[in-house]
Amino acid sequence: MNNGTTRIAGTIVTYGFVGLMAFLSIFPFLWMLLGATNSSIDIIKGRMMPGSALATNIATFFTQVNAPLVFWNSAKIAILATVLTLAVSSLAGYGFEVFRSRHRDRIYSALLLTMMIPFAALMIPLFIMMGKAGLINTHFAVVLPTIGSAFVVFYFRQTTKAFPSELRDAAKVDGLKEWQIFLYIYVPVMRSTYAAAFIIVFMTAWNNYLWPLIVLQSNETKTITLVISSLASAYYPDYGVVMVGTILATLPTLAVFFFMQRQFVQGMLGSVK
Amino acid sequence: MALARRGGIGRYYNVNGWLFVAPALGLIALFMIYPILWSLWMSFQSGRGMMLKFAGFSNIIRLWNDPVFIKALTNTLTYFVVQVPIMILLALILASLLNNPKLVGRGFFRTAIFLPCVTSLVAYSVLFKGMFAHDGIVNSTLEAIGIIGEPIPWLTHPFWAKVLVILAITWRWTGYNMIFYLAAMQNIDKSIYEVARIDGVPAWARFTHITIPLLKPVILFTTIISTIGTIQLFDEVYNLTEGKGGPSNATLTLSLYIYNLTFRFMPNFGYAATVSYVIVVLVALLACLQFFAARERDR
Repeated sequence: MNNGTTRIAGTIVTYGFVGLMAFLSIFPFLWMLLGATNSSIDIIKGRMMPGSALATNIATFFTQVNAPLVFWNSAKIAILATVLTLAVSSLAGYGFEVFRSRHRDRIYSALLLTMMIPFAALMIPLFIMMGKAGLINTHFAVVLPTIGSAFVVFYFRQTTKAFPSELRDAAKVDGLKEWQIFLYIYVPVMRSTYAAAFIIVFMTAWNNYLWPLIVLQSNETKTITLVISSLASAYYPDYGVVMVGTILATLPTLAVFFFMQRQFVQGMLGSVK
Repeated sequence: MALARRGGIGRYYNVNGWLFVAPALGLIALFMIYPILWSLWMSFQSGRGMMLKFAGFSNIIRLWNDPVFIKALTNTLTYFVVQVPIMILLALILASLLNNPKLVGRGFFRTAIFLPCVTSLVAYSVLFKGMFAHDGIVNSTLEAIGIIGEPIPWLTHPFWAKVLVILAITWRWTGYNMIFYLAAMQNIDKSIYEVARIDGVPAWARFTHITIPLLKPVILFTTIISTIGTIQLFDEVYNLTEGKGGPSNATLTLSLYIYNLTFRFMPNFGYAATVSYVIVVLVALLACLQFFAARERDR
């Protein structure tokens, strides 16, 4: 009897706690969606009902922000960074795992150490380098330093351990060259690894803030993340417009998460495998 | 692979191996190794803009007499000393509750708690800034249910501004850590829990005596990456405080201070590089800690 009561109390506490945490996790999303339909004053006063200002907010957003250009900038940077990072890192991950050479392990350890380098210690030299190369205010300057990523190389090497060596041997017997084995056998076989890495790298690039903030100074080159930040830091921010912006900026990553949840989580966990 | 060590074939293997790894190594050397060495060199120099002169240890001495640096350092340390343990514990409790297959709707709960991870750091900071405004939804709700009598000055009081930063980071990253623990819990033999339950071990003791010891490696890993992340905190504070780290530097972090020294005030690359090396040293210390802890574990 007593035991039963404790168990019921335990169940109530469990559901209460988990439910509360789930609610708190979702709440800001709800607030963002409702916020887009309300006027700035109502949002700041904490109104939690659908309002009638959605059309006005969207219209204001599109007059204040050159939305197509801003999204094109974000997409261009994210896609370019992702494709190049995946290409370079998968080549290296495969190379480190498959080929042996005298200093391989030492170089690989040194490479992993670079994961620990904080970006704050790189930004001043990188800024000077980009200035000297005449690349300030270009998307190239945003993408370039992000392509070489020890983390993504590590991720590819870890997953390459599962790549069957029989496939390589068979391909060699058939007379394929090394680059052909990589391109025609490794890449298709490892496509789920590529998918998971794609999600993580794309998200990082799409959401990147500090480096673009430094390098992109003109309005024509700015990304959606920079635009939201500057909209929200105005002296009197129009929160309805800010909400429209955050929804639009979050939509791509949210969509990727819902349609590719398994690869998404796999990518997140990549580092502990 | 033994063949690889012999003569001609060995060289063939080597050349191919190097070709595959060369682009990544080249890029990392150019955009990480070279800049990190350059900023080390810079930290021993002083001057305005690009007019730098060798200055020995003067930048390091300046650190200890710079109240703003001390403030940024203590803030940064406060963030991770307070925030990381709270978040890790919360994530562990959530993971062990959600690991129970009998829990109805656990798929929904898991997705919901993970959802904050899809937002960009800027987007959620901006949302939090609005939610925690003086008359905002958080204050009005807390007042309505009678927890507080008057609005909490989240953005204008030094203490509450720090609390807000900590709340915000915890919201964004708890689900992320939880996913790591849930994945690790898949590898724990369920029968251990069954036996403990039959022996009358209460749930809390099962959590502290079975779950936590078995998850120690993952807990260590997530603690280190969370700490390293928190040491580098920038986006949240910048966007919650209009780039100022206010009120009166109460939320200023090391990264934000470096940014201000370089791009907002009269640029002083040498001194900014010295501050950035404080972060390098902190991260390196933590990485060593992880390395030794991991070696201890393997023994």
